[in-house]
Amino acid sequence: MKRYIVKRLLEMIPTTFGVLVLTFVLFHVVGGSPAEVVLGKNASSEALAAFDALHGYDRPLLAGRWSRIRALGDVPRETLARRPESGLLRLPLTYALPAGRYRVNAGRVLLGLRESATGAADEALVDGPAPLTFAVREGWTAATLDIEGPSAPRVRLEKGNRGLLDSQFVHYLTSLARGDFGLSIEHRLPVAQVLREGVGPSLALTIPILAGGTLVGVMLALLCAAWRGSVTDRAVLVLSTVLMSVNYVVWVLAGQFLLAFKARLFPLWGFESAAYLVLPVLIGIVSGLGRDVRFYRAAILDEVFKPYVRTAQAKGVSGARIMVRHVLRNSLIPIVTYFSLSVPFLFTGSLMLESFFGIPGLGSVSLNAIHSSDMAVVRAVVILGALLYQIVNVATDVCYAWLDPRVRLG
Amino acid sequence: MTASMNIRPNIVGRLWRRWDTRLCLIVILVYAAAAVYGEAVYRTARLTDRTPAYNAVRERSRYVAPAFVRLGAVRARPEDEPLYLLGSDNLGRDVLQRLVQGTRIAFHVGIITSLIAIPLGVLLGCLGGYFGGRTDSVVVWLCATVASMPGLLFILAVAMVVGQGLAGVYLGIGLTTWVSVCRNVRGEVIKHRHRAYVQAAQVLGYRHARLMFRHILPNVTHIILIAFSVRFPASVATEVFISFLGIGVQGEPSWGIMINNARLRLWQGVWWEMTFVTLAIFALVLAFNHVADELRDLLDPALRTEQV
Repeated sequence: MKRYIVKRLLEMIPTTFGVLVLTFVLFHVVGGSPAEVVLGKNASSEALAAFDALHGYDRPLLAGRWSRIRALGDVPRETLARRPESGLLRLPLTYALPAGRYRVNAGRVLLGLRESATGAADEALVDGPAPLTFAVREGWTAATLDIEGPSAPRVRLEKGNRGLLDSQFVHYLTSLARGDFGLSIEHRLPVAQVLREGVGPSLALTIPILAGGTLVGVMLALLCAAWRGSVTDRAVLVLSTVLMSVNYVVWVLAGQFLLAFKARLFPLWGFESAAYLVLPVLIGIVSGLGRDVRFYRAAILDEVFKPYVRTAQAKGVSGARIMVRHVLRNSLIPIVTYFSLSVPFLFTGSLMLESFFGIPGLGSVSLNAIHSSDMAVVRAVVILGALLYQIVNVATDVCYAWLDPRVRLG
Repeated sequence: MTASMNIRPNIVGRLWRRWDTRLCLIVILVYAAAAVYGEAVYRTARLTDRTPAYNAVRERSRYVAPAFVRLGAVRARPEDEPLYLLGSDNLGRDVLQRLVQGTRIAFHVGIITSLIAIPLGVLLGCLGGYFGGRTDSVVVWLCATVASMPGLLFILAVAMVVGQGLAGVYLGIGLTTWVSVCRNVRGEVIKHRHRAYVQAAQVLGYRHARLMFRHILPNVTHIILIAFSVRFPASVATEVFISFLGIGVQGEPSWGIMINNARLRLWQGVWWEMTFVTLAIFALVLAFNHVADELRDLLDPALRTEQV
C-alpha cells in the first residue's frame, strides 16, 4: 500500500512539471509582454523597462547570459546619425541606460555618463574587438551611446544577466515553490491574499451544488435503472438531454430574471445571508443535472445485469433493497470518480454564477482578472486548479487501492 | 472512412429511418443551410464593401416587436421598414438576420475547433497506442497535463492571451479538447495493435505509418465520427459562453454577443431577442446531442457518454 502511494505521488511529478511548463509558455511566451498589457501600448519604453526590471521580465526566457533591452529597437546601420566632433554613430536610445553590464556589437563605444544624484556628466571611451562589453556603475546612467561602425548591418545592444540560469523560467519555478504567486495588478495585493479571500465564498456556493447535484442525480438515476425501459425512465432520459442542451448562460440569466426579478422569490444580487445563495445553488444543480443523471444511470445500468442481482432477486430481496444495498454499492467506483473530478472546481468556483449573483468568490475574481488582463491572478488560479486536480486524482486512486486490492496489485 | 463505410454502409440511413433522429438531422441541415446562406451574405458584404443587412442600423425602428405579434401594425408600417419577422434590437437591426450570422459563427467554431482537436487527438492517440513504450508515455503525459487544466478557465485564459478575437477562441477550445479524442483513439488502437490482420500486414513488411493509418485507423473511424458529433455542440456552447463574456468575437453577431445585448433589454420587457437566441442555440445543440447519442448507440455501444 505504501509503495502504491509513493508510486502515485512520483507519477505526479512529470505532470506537475508539464502544468508549470504549459502555464509558463501560455502566460510568458504566447502572452507577449506583460508590461505592454498592463501599461498599455502607448507607455514609454522607459516605463516598460522599469516594469520589466521590477517583475523580472528583463531576464531571458529560458537561459542565457544576455538579453534584449527596450532602450534600442531594431536599428539598421544606415539610419544612424554621425556625430561631427568624434566621427562616431549616435544610437537613438529611448532612455538612459541604468547601472549594469551591457554588450554591443561594435569596436569602440563612447559613453555619455551622468551621475543620477548630482547630475554631474562624464565620458568614457571603451575600445576592443567587437562585440564590446562595458559596464555602467551604480549611481550612474548612460545618457548617450556613440559607437564606431557595428560589425553587422544591425546594431545589437544587450543587457548582461547575473548568471546563465538567471532566467524567467527559473525565477518562475522558484517563486512558485516559495508559494509566491506575484502581485495582482488590479488589487495591488499579493495574489495569494486575493485568492485566500475568495476561497470561502466559492466553497459556500459550490459545496451545496456538488452535494445537492450528486444526491438528486444518483436518486433519479437509481429510479431510472430500477424501472429501466419504462415511461419514467424514458421521460427522465429525454428531460436530461433537454436540460443538457440549454446553454449555461441561459440558465443563469433566465433563472435570475424569472425567479428573482419577476417572481421575487429570491434576492437578486449580493452575499449577505444564506438566502442569497439559494437561487445560485439551485441554478447550479439544475444546469448540471442532465449530464449527471445520464452518467449515473449508465454507471448503475452496468451493474444491473450482473449475476449477483439475479441471485438477490431469486433469494427474494425486495427491489429497493437490491438497488440500494447491492447495485448502488457496486457502482460506487465510477460514481466516486465522477464526483471527485468535480472537487478541484469547488475551489475555483463558478465564473458565471458568482459574477451574476455578486458572490465575491474565486470565480468572479478570475473573471474580473481576465477582463482586466490581470495575468498573475489568472495564472495562479489555473495553476492551483491544475495542482488540485492532480492531488484529488491521486487521493481517489489511493482510496480505490485501499478499498480494492486488485488496483494496487494489478 | 471508406473501410468503415463498407462494413457499416448505412449509418445515415439507419438514423434517417427513426422519426426522432430524422427530425434532428433535418434541424441540423436547416441550420447548415442557414450557415451557408449567412456566409454568402457575409462574403458579399465584404466584397462589395457595403454594410450587411445584419448590421444595418435603423434608429427609427428600435425594439420593433416580432411581425407575428403585431399583425395589424405590420401592414401599416412605413414603406422602407423591413418586415422584422423576429423583431429588431436596440439599434433597429433585424434579429433574424443576426441569428443567421450567429449560426454561421457557430458552424465556424464547431468545424474549425474540430479540425484542430480531432487531427491532433487522432495523431497522438495513434502514435501512443501503436508504438507503446516511451512514445506512449509521452502521449499519456501530454494528456494528463492538459486534462488537469481547469477547463473553462483555461480556455478563457488561452483566448485572452492569444487575443485576436475568434482565432483565440478557436485555439482555446481546439487545443484543450483533443485529450478525450486522443484517449479514445489510443484505447482502440491498443485493442487492434495485436490483432491478426495487423500482424499479417506486419509480416508483409509494411511500414509503421502504413500500418497505423491504412490498416488500423479505418477501423477506429467510428470514434472520430462520435467525437465530432459530441464535440460540435459542446464547442458551440463554449463559444456562446466565451463571447457572452466579451472575450471572443467583436463586432459580429455571435449568439453569445446577442444574448449579452438582449440581457439588459430583457428587464424592460424586450423579450424577443433573448427568446429567439436561446431557442436557436437550444434547438441546434439538442439536435446534435440527440444525434450524437444515437450515433454512439449505433456505432459503439460500449462507449459511454462520459468517455467522449
